[in-house]
Amino acid sequence: MPALDILAAAVLNGLMTGAIYALIAVGLTLVYGVLHIINFAHGAMLSAAMFAAFLCFQIGIDPYLAIAPLAVAFFGAGYGLQRWLIGPASHGDDRNILLVTLGLSIIIENLLLASFRSDTRTIDVPYGFSSLDLGFTFLPLTRLMGFGVACLVAAMFWLILNWTDLGKAIRAVAREKLGATLVGIDVRHIYAVTFGLGAASVAIAACLLLPIFYVNPRVGNAYVLVAFTIVVLGGMGSVAGAFIGGLLIGVVESLSGMYFGESLGQLGIFLIFIVVLMVRPTGLFGARA
Amino acid sequence: MPETAPLLAIRDVHAGYDGTRILNGLSMQVEAGEIVALLGSNGVGKTTLNKVLSGVVPLTSGAITFDGLDLGSASAVDIVEAGLIHVPEGRKIFADMSVLDNLTLGSYRRGKASRKTNLERVFAIFPRLKERTAQMAGTLSGGEQQMLAIGRGLMAEPRLLILDEPSLGLSPLLVEELFDLIERLNASGLTILLVEQNVAQSLDIADKAHVLAEGRIALSGTGRALADDPELQKTYLGL
Repeated sequence: MPALDILAAAVLNGLMTGAIYALIAVGLTLVYGVLHIINFAHGAMLSAAMFAAFLCFQIGIDPYLAIAPLAVAFFGAGYGLQRWLIGPASHGDDRNILLVTLGLSIIIENLLLASFRSDTRTIDVPYGFSSLDLGFTFLPLTRLMGFGVACLVAAMFWLILNWTDLGKAIRAVAREKLGATLVGIDVRHIYAVTFGLGAASVAIAACLLLPIFYVNPRVGNAYVLVAFTIVVLGGMGSVAGAFIGGLLIGVVESLSGMYFGESLGQLGIFLIFIVVLMVRPTGLFGARA
Repeated sequence: MPETAPLLAIRDVHAGYDGTRILNGLSMQVEAGEIVALLGSNGVGKTTLNKVLSGVVPLTSGAITFDGLDLGSASAVDIVEAGLIHVPEGRKIFADMSVLDNLTLGSYRRGKASRKTNLERVFAIFPRLKERTAQMAGTLSGGEQQMLAIGRGLMAEPRLLILDEPSLGLSPLLVEELFDLIERLNASGLTILLVEQNVAQSLDIADKAHVLAEGRIALSGTGRALADDPELQKTYLGL
């Protein structure tokens, strides 16, 4: 049994990573909840967003300052993709949406490969070594920022969904498409807004990840694989479930990394995943079937 | 022929899904202020007609105008904005949202200012909904859910309200209340297209009635005339 302060440090570290996982998962689960498909382009969009943040850094824009403009740009791109490409190409069939997003992910990834090669890059921010001394451990400033912003954005998503007309319309479309159509909600618009919000979530996550991680054209997939397990864990389509699931998975990964060794950190994630699927297949926050 | 154009005019409409034709040259009219009953057994196209009227299923051919709006080229949003409101079969309320959210979404296409007035009007008609504003819609009883579905429709400031099988699944007492309500709504000036399998009660309150068979109108008349028509039983039950 490791000392308590090491354990506490591992849990804190897990929460920091988990919050960013949670943000990526919130975008994924929102799109699933409304469009009823897993967006296979989520990972490629994350990679693209990280490169966008990388390019911003090269022209002198700090990743944290790039959050707002990139979130807006990716929202717009996501909206446009769904409204004028994925939607029309799918002809109302969910399976087609799935295939179109899969195709999109291949196109995005290869465009990134062609433009940036498969090299792995990192950035050095001037505050990269600043940290907060908690007595028993040091929390790097970059990870603390990641945690704070991810929590803030997740809270904003929750507020939008529960307290605004737009959010209520999104929830209405998610659960009762015909009913939503008959009160005059423009379903195609809501689909596009939802896809745009999903894209904005990866854009924000990208800005938070860049100072603490590396970027290459496939980097997004590793995160989205974890995010997918979080979506299932939290209950498909549940935003609150994805957020709490994300924090949980971050802690589990960190602890299992400590016990089984760093390279086996994800072992714990998939163990939890299998156990939840066996015991509670609708996820922690999913509606009971 | 009335001097003014009918509120809703349906002319020779054909429509269906993926090659299956369900409506075959259906024509009918609804005059402002009327209750028009549309009767017919399962599978004759009543619900399809309603979906065509609300812009969910496209027209194959024919023409529908609602107060000058050409529904053939109008979107579902345009139709709601024009005041043609469809309370669907099976209610289709937002089960995991509160009663208040359900009602508020009913006014989604109306100004925020008019929402309050609409809410007050709906609560005056359905005091029970006012007692349950915070309750999740899915936990309401069947009768309350039907009230909510109609209340949500009224929140959209309808000029023509389509009620699709509103009595389905309700106890005889609640059906009685429902038909009273429909008459009261009509008396307050609302035009109603009532789609029902509950023939006797529908004919009792309807100004005009049409019997739908094989995708077109098989029999039409005033509610009273059809109630006395021996053909009705034959056409209606002989399907």
